[in-house]
Amino acid sequence: MLTQILIEAIQLLLVGLGAPLLVGLVRRVKARLQGRRGAGVLQPYADLRKLLVKEAVVSETTSWIFRFTPYLLVATMLLSSLLVPLLTTLTPLGFIGNIIVLMYLFLLGTFFLALAGLDAGSAFGGMGSSREMAVAALAEPTVMIAIFAIALRVGNTGLDEIVRRGADDSLLLLNPGHLLAFVAFFIVALAETGRLPVDNPATHLELTMIHEAMILEYSGRHLALIEWAAGMKLLIFLALLSNLFFPWGVAMAVTPAALTVAFVALVVKVGTLAVGIAAIETAVAKLRLFRLPALLSGSFALALLAVISFLFVK
Amino acid sequence: MTITLSETMTLNLLLLTLACFGIGAAGALLTAPWPRVSRLVGHACALVGAIGTLALGAAGLAGGTLGVIIPALLPVGGFSLGIDRLSAFFILVIAVAAIPSALYAIAYTRDYEGRHSLAGMGCGFNAFLAGMVLVVLARNALTFLLMWEVMSLASYFLVMTEAEHGETQHAGWVYFVMTHAGFACLFVGFLLMARATGTMDLGEWRAASVTVSEPMRYAVFALLALGFGTKAGVIPLHIWLPKAHPAAPSHVSAMMSGVMIKLGIYGLVRIGFDWLGVGPSWWGGAILVVGAISAVLGVLYALVEQDLKCLLAYSSVENIGIILLGVGGGMLFQSYHLDALASLALVAGLYHTVNHATFKPLLFMGAGAVVHATGTRNMEELGGLIKRMPQTAAYFLIGSVAIAALPPFNGFISEWLLFQSLLLSFQISATGTNLLFAAVVAALALTSGLAAACFVKAFGITFLALPRSEYAKRAREVPWMMRGAMGMSAVACLVLGVAPVGLLRLLNATAADLTGAHTDAHFNWDVIVADGAFAMASPLWIAVALTSLLALVLVALRIIGANARRRAYETWGCGRALQTSRFEYTSTAFANPFKRVFGLLYRPVKELDIRFHPESPFFVETITYRNEARSIFDEALYGPMSRLVQWASHRARIVQSGSVHLYLLYILVALVVLLALAG
Repeated sequence: MLTQILIEAIQLLLVGLGAPLLVGLVRRVKARLQGRRGAGVLQPYADLRKLLVKEAVVSETTSWIFRFTPYLLVATMLLSSLLVPLLTTLTPLGFIGNIIVLMYLFLLGTFFLALAGLDAGSAFGGMGSSREMAVAALAEPTVMIAIFAIALRVGNTGLDEIVRRGADDSLLLLNPGHLLAFVAFFIVALAETGRLPVDNPATHLELTMIHEAMILEYSGRHLALIEWAAGMKLLIFLALLSNLFFPWGVAMAVTPAALTVAFVALVVKVGTLAVGIAAIETAVAKLRLFRLPALLSGSFALALLAVISFLFVK
Repeated sequence: MTITLSETMTLNLLLLTLACFGIGAAGALLTAPWPRVSRLVGHACALVGAIGTLALGAAGLAGGTLGVIIPALLPVGGFSLGIDRLSAFFILVIAVAAIPSALYAIAYTRDYEGRHSLAGMGCGFNAFLAGMVLVVLARNALTFLLMWEVMSLASYFLVMTEAEHGETQHAGWVYFVMTHAGFACLFVGFLLMARATGTMDLGEWRAASVTVSEPMRYAVFALLALGFGTKAGVIPLHIWLPKAHPAAPSHVSAMMSGVMIKLGIYGLVRIGFDWLGVGPSWWGGAILVVGAISAVLGVLYALVEQDLKCLLAYSSVENIGIILLGVGGGMLFQSYHLDALASLALVAGLYHTVNHATFKPLLFMGAGAVVHATGTRNMEELGGLIKRMPQTAAYFLIGSVAIAALPPFNGFISEWLLFQSLLLSFQISATGTNLLFAAVVAALALTSGLAAACFVKAFGITFLALPRSEYAKRAREVPWMMRGAMGMSAVACLVLGVAPVGLLRLLNATAADLTGAHTDAHFNWDVIVADGAFAMASPLWIAVALTSLLALVLVALRIIGANARRRAYETWGCGRALQTSRFEYTSTAFANPFKRVFGLLYRPVKELDIRFHPESPFFVETITYRNEARSIFDEALYGPMSRLVQWASHRARIVQSGSVHLYLLYILVALVVLLALAG
């Protein structure tokens, strides 16, 4: 019982405290790749602290939905962090939901964020909401088909079970379908977390932004919560990508040694992916909004190919 | 369950229910001179009848039996009623929607006083409800068809309530034509089957269907599927639905959309799993494909609608599609002898049926409340209602979250189960079928994403930000009875979403009656486990955890000493002096990315007309912008078809010259031909 509570508490802390660090890391690496010095990796913590001590300015036009959304967003991300196997496959609360539940929790957050974007009644918020929902809707088929590919491989949709079976049979990693599903899921992760080439997290140029346009009206603690939640979402997606597709190092038993190994492995894997994202964001430009369907249907095709390869090779 | 119910009890419940509807219908007519009394009598009796329906459904699910045969009432087999678990479940579905709708109607119909015949409305509503209950209970082909017609005609008259509008007349006409085209298919299908099996008794068809020749079974399947599909509103037979639902009064739209179209599903489940026995795999495959198309196209059309009730109507097409994915998937699994999996898919489909019967009436009642308060259904003229009608807004939000299939509400449970059952299709070893399932999973995922976008739009544009018109500015909260009805449905959405276990167990038994096997799923109070340990979810704990984490965040912010002050200020407007609703995003604007991405389907018409000031082109006088989506079905399918029928009838008119001599000649020729044939 105590171990179980401990595991969940560690996961909660890992995601909650690690998220700003991850955001800081990506920004720092990006800056270095672009020839800038950049802020330190701890800068996001300072930002959050500053936002938290500031008074929140809320538009008179808004309703309770605007004020409720940041809290809901953080709650969905914290709940997700309880479901995802980060260090060990023995997540005691894993029974609450499988990978499909996880995706619908993310969608719940997006739904309310889009409503909040409309709430203030500015044209930018509406624009952001409309675009965010379009991206989310178009990404959804890829997510499910990628999940289908994984379910085919391991015969299960439980997150713990997927990692466990993947770790048992490391030859599966050499399967072409596996790599295709990884690439598809990676593109979806970029779209869902609002990274380049789908959305530029560093811009405040009205015509190009998606996520930033939705949250334009937020300030103070509300903005802090939303930024924090966005960081957690990125971390959860990267942890999913590392553990579902490369389950190396994930602890099968709860011993201090195994957990330490798992922690190091997670940091290395997520760190590598973060550097990868920074490299991509430096190398590619943001796509025009109406070029996005091409990118997302491309990733959908990859996921479908992953399914087909499993069907034919099985 | 061990409760045994005597047949008399079920029969008494049925008689009581029908008596209520009967008294309501007759009472509404008799008190016609006093509209207020007529309105109250008609709808109050409907409410009591609906509660009776609930009891009847519960009795049926608890194992109550029913056998009513009155030979004198109808030829060939008489008027015959019976109940089994499937019937009982659909009776429950009727009740779940009818109780709040009838309660809502009592207050909602006050607006119609003096303008319309309330007697006709009260009578029609009761007849409509009674017709639906009897369709589900019918055990004889003729009884079924007769009650089907009662249901269709009653709903037709209800749709025509506001017949003074040209739009309503058109809607009524299209509905009349489509429902009778469907009825013709059903009629021929039933007669063919009755002839092939030698019995009109629906209960005997399953056993007798083995002896029916293959081509005959295919023909019966095709005819009945067309007939039931028309009532269900599957694409491309849906064209009546987005016209008739908005035209009807809101409590009637709630019943038509929440329940009546489900009786098409009832028919399809009957032919797919009961009357015709296990069919070939293309039956299930065809239903799966039609379901996927209906789901995706339905929500895509809903997305570009500006009329709130029309949006809800198209979303019903989508939800029917989702339900058909469960039904079709089940049929396909059964044709591969995966009976347990077939049960799982069927359970998912049926669960979505009852879910849709809770949240769609809720949304239609919400739309009705908006119409009641503002007098318009056009979302472009609404906005800001969340401050003027806070309770209605909250209920509509619950309906929107539920229909977008988001946890912790009920739509999520059925969609989750459906995804699991579709993913499990890899147990079939036929690559073509596997690919079909993969495509269907993608279609369902796209649908759920688009549905979320659609209801962000429906709720956000209608209720949030600033009001866009004077009507919306003056809106006031609706009477308590209407709010109470919506509240009931909203609570049902939450209960079915958080504690689905009871209903799931009953549905498991219902599905097992039809497919012959229980699902490999465990439905516990706290967790659902599908197919061994393939998938797990705990709707209850999702809700509990979300609430406690919300509280945790609030407390944590307090502890770390976050600034709790809040200052109200105007929305940032790029330095503009004032904020008006003119700067808000509109429904059209919200849908624009989708219009561009799916342009091939919508083929949008875009018109931009700018009129300059006569003195100087630097001053713009007016800008007119129109961006409408067209329906390819109207243009490519129904347009040519109706032109063909018109052309053919013009040609055929030649024989009708008006000369009596010619008509006498026709009679003579007909006689001679008949005599020759007989000879």
